Amino acid sequence: MDDEVNVSWGAVDDATAGVRHVTIDHTDDGVLRLRLSGRWTLGVPAPAAAELFEHARASDTRVVVDGGRHLQWDSGLLIFLRDVLGEAERRQMPVDFVGLPEGARRLLALASATPEHKEGLGGDRPSMLGRVGSSAIAAARSAVEVLAFIGEACVGVLRLLTGQARFQRSELLLVVQEAGAQALPIVSLITFLVGVILAYVGAVQLRAFGAQAYVADLVSVAMTREMGAMMTAVVMAGRTGAAFAAQLGTMRVNEEIDALTTFGIPPMEFLVLPRMIALAVMMPLLCLYADLLGMLGGAAVGVGLLHLGGLEYYQRSLGAITLDDFAAGLIKASVFGVLVAIAGCLRGMQSGRTSAAVGAAATSAVVTGIVLIIVSDAVMTVLFDLLHL
Amino acid sequence: MATVDVATGIRSRIEVRDLDMMYGDRVIQRDLNFAVEPEDIFVIMGPSGSGKSTLLRHMIGLVPPARGDVYYDHTSFWTADAQGRQRILRRVGVLYQEGALWSSMTLAENIGLVVEEFTDLPPATIREVASLKLALVGLAGFEDFYPSEISGGMRKRAGLARAMALDPDILFFDEPSSGLDPITSRRLDDLILELRDSLGATVVLVTHELASIFAIGTNSIFLDDETKTIIAAGNPTKLLHECRDPKVRRFLTRGGKDGS
Repeated sequence: MDDEVNVSWGAVDDATAGVRHVTIDHTDDGVLRLRLSGRWTLGVPAPAAAELFEHARASDTRVVVDGGRHLQWDSGLLIFLRDVLGEAERRQMPVDFVGLPEGARRLLALASATPEHKEGLGGDRPSMLGRVGSSAIAAARSAVEVLAFIGEACVGVLRLLTGQARFQRSELLLVVQEAGAQALPIVSLITFLVGVILAYVGAVQLRAFGAQAYVADLVSVAMTREMGAMMTAVVMAGRTGAAFAAQLGTMRVNEEIDALTTFGIPPMEFLVLPRMIALAVMMPLLCLYADLLGMLGGAAVGVGLLHLGGLEYYQRSLGAITLDDFAAGLIKASVFGVLVAIAGCLRGMQSGRTSAAVGAAATSAVVTGIVLIIVSDAVMTVLFDLLHL
Repeated sequence: MATVDVATGIRSRIEVRDLDMMYGDRVIQRDLNFAVEPEDIFVIMGPSGSGKSTLLRHMIGLVPPARGDVYYDHTSFWTADAQGRQRILRRVGVLYQEGALWSSMTLAENIGLVVEEFTDLPPATIREVASLKLALVGLAGFEDFYPSEISGGMRKRAGLARAMALDPDILFFDEPSSGLDPITSRRLDDLILELRDSLGATVVLVTHELASIFAIGTNSIFLDDETKTIIAAGNPTKLLHECRDPKVRRFLTRGGKDGS
């Protein structure tokens, strides 16, 4: 045995922190021997196997790792030994382990056992082009799904009207309460403040013409035709649409929807219809309430800050709006209600089966809902204008 | 790794004393007393609804018991302060029923998060620890897979790899074989046995899988749902031959008369 090399890693001068120590020597029959001592635990700096193998001679054909039974060890030792095995394989040198702690030897054997094969499992990430392609296919497929869903919903409504649907009244009442009465506080707050904002913005512009009294007209027309329905719909998309998606998504995760299907109960009629009907009915009511609250907000600014007379404000408001304005707002509200319910239920029913997928479904329900609201609002505004409504 | 403190003569690794379990006003189990030795594979068995999983939740510190305490190496868990509990839990690994892997993270990140939380190892080493733990459960090369991309049996093993992330002295398993086919379940048993022997960890197992109970259990308690306490304790194979209690016998023989 000749030229011995001693190498240490870790805080050499701090005895408590611990040191990993390797003695490298060679035997005559071509064996590179690594003798380990010290503390081989995680947190003590470890040597890289490649570094140690640099001491190998051209004549070395095998590696022996000598553990010494009294090694202090944990996963840190195993990581090092796996590193040695990998490096030795690269150099095509067989490795023998001598005197390793029994537990470490067995764990190493376990870790080197044949791994599970991966065929048929996800994993290989597709290329950029592949990802673009698969999202395009997914988008096309989802468009078909949306159409199928809307079609199924229409069939469901027809079946309900003819009295054939599996419909649960208690579920409907529950959703009505949740989407109606329980939404009142947030709708009050939002629409009152929208009325305040409208009055403020209007007052600044109208002041230039000395026409501050028209603030009442502005607020009441804007609230009844447009803002009441739209703001209520946006609130409901965030509040109720997301809740629908989360409820149905969680039911999908728990296989509750599968269970309904196997018992021959169409989830569309049992779960989606009550939600759609509840929102379509509650939205116009909430919208009426929102119109009132918005006008109150406008009145607060008009009377409190612009010093218009209370009675004057009331009369101007009433004079500015007609039943047509209310009708336009209420029609919009009903449409928004159905759209928000469809967006929420669709995303919920399409949800994947993991907790992350339910979260994504809820987010997507809100986004889809708001997009549908704005797009349909634009279409309806143009339509109403053509119809002189 | 696991050591028995010879100087103080401490033998039992976990001790449950006078523990009562309640759901609201309803008593689930009362006066539970038992000890788990360091080299045990300790089985908590009993009929469905007898509170096995709840007992586990009391032992791993998720829910405080109505009365009584759990001692780890003679240190009380439930009277300890937050730091003391954290110190004890640092030594404990838990495999939940469905693996409970965090679905938004890859397998390596699942393990890495735990290691990162409790140590200050550099990211490269954390990655190596994760690879090692996955290799130990036969999942080498699956580091970058998401839990949704692998099978149920693999998820369970990945859960086991995460439970072992911190080289724990004590491993808890909640229904390890539920939802697995007999061969996969058998391989998981072998893995538990092998890991117990090589890591020197104590294993506590909640299960009603008879094959597993007899294959790997060295000690056990039987929770009864009617008398609401432990009605039998000891090595499961011995219980099968010696226990006179008809209920325990029925359980261990799948309702049959004979335990052959």
